Amino acid sequence: MCVVCGCSSDQDRLEAMTKIEQFQPGRAPGPLLTAPGHSHAQAPATPQPGQAHVQVNAATGDLHYGAGSAKVSVPGMSQARTIKLEADVLGANKQLAANNRAQFIARGVTALNLVSSPGSGKTTLLCATIQALRAAAPQLHVAVIEGDQQTSFDADRIRATGAPAIQVNTGKGCHLDAQMVGEAYARLPSSPSAGATVGDALQQLLFIENVGNLVCPALWDLGETAKVAILSVTEGEDKPLKYPDMFAAARLMILNKIDLLPYVQFDVARCIDYARRVNPGIEVLQLSATRGDGMAAWLQWLQQTAPADTPQSPSELRLRQRIGELEAALALAPAAR
Amino acid sequence: MHEMSLAGGIVQLVEAAAQREQFQKVTLLRLEVGRLSGIELRALRFALDAVSPGTCLEGARFEFDEPPGTAWCLQCNCSVEITDRTDACPQCSGFRLQPTGGTDLRVIDMLVQD
Repeated sequence: MCVVCGCSSDQDRLEAMTKIEQFQPGRAPGPLLTAPGHSHAQAPATPQPGQAHVQVNAATGDLHYGAGSAKVSVPGMSQARTIKLEADVLGANKQLAANNRAQFIARGVTALNLVSSPGSGKTTLLCATIQALRAAAPQLHVAVIEGDQQTSFDADRIRATGAPAIQVNTGKGCHLDAQMVGEAYARLPSSPSAGATVGDALQQLLFIENVGNLVCPALWDLGETAKVAILSVTEGEDKPLKYPDMFAAARLMILNKIDLLPYVQFDVARCIDYARRVNPGIEVLQLSATRGDGMAAWLQWLQQTAPADTPQSPSELRLRQRIGELEAALALAPAAR
Repeated sequence: MHEMSLAGGIVQLVEAAAQREQFQKVTLLRLEVGRLSGIELRALRFALDAVSPGTCLEGARFEFDEPPGTAWCLQCNCSVEITDRTDACPQCSGFRLQPTGGTDLRVIDMLVQD
């Protein structure tokens, strides 16, 4: 889904560059829809205003008044009607994310969506992780998709470690979306083991470094196996309560830069408590990417996370809720007997 | 400002419906914005006003339903109502809550003219 207007079809994207030059004069565009390289195809021809509910047969001159959407014409009454849509606004993105997820599982790729505020040390952690994995698990294929508004500095740093990386510049966008990740993944060189996976064993690791932002990326599913929120100790322990949506969406929270703990006021226990308030199931790792503390536990976590180990869907959550209700009722049953 | 992308998604949904159902103008659009959906209503309203000119949503009135958030309390083993992800359980004051409802942003229905 496009970040300017939410458009999702490839056709829109392909037409975007050409349409702006032949912008239709009959349609006054809003200021935001005229962003460079951005326009949309006209809706198909509809009856002219004033004749909206009458159709004229050009050959015979016959008038057909039942052609309007209400299928009937009543003098003095407009053809206003209610249309029920019941549509999820993020539905287009969710569909693309589901495609990505299916592809990742089929190829044995564990995809991790790394989210944090700018400057928490995501790229440094990634570089250190890639180097450590090369020694610990040389058979593992690691690739990176880097998201930033501008520049390819981060992808350059990753490529310097020898791992393939694709930089996605979002322009004014504040998050990556499923379409961007799908297109970037298609451009990554595929590993030799791709297509030859057995079961859900971990064979490839795909890190998706999201745009540094603790708000918007929480809402956009990219098809990842899990979101990993990174919080550095220089940022303050109250971040999980200040940005609860992000910590609620993450499976793992990494407390980074713990080598700086002696120099900053940061209460680790309180931070973990705050994170568990918004997400009782969140896992926590403490590490320092520069000094190497906690890296072994992080590598182990990475190798334990299987591709099919995807987040719970709302329907699965509802079923689990139902199980909880039934178990509670069962616990009360002997007392009632 | 993810509300701007969401407003774009709403316009896209409505324009797709306009093609399918053959209408030209929306006079009223009703949206469901759950209390736990992570969406700031004021920002969404602003974004909709900004992107709707030139689309079939131009001049439309927007109505928002705000269903309350619900969560499953792991301690009480029951469903409770919360207004914020940082809320405590109203029964046991614990924080072991798993949100289960009021997390969606959906277009419910709209009043249209041909």
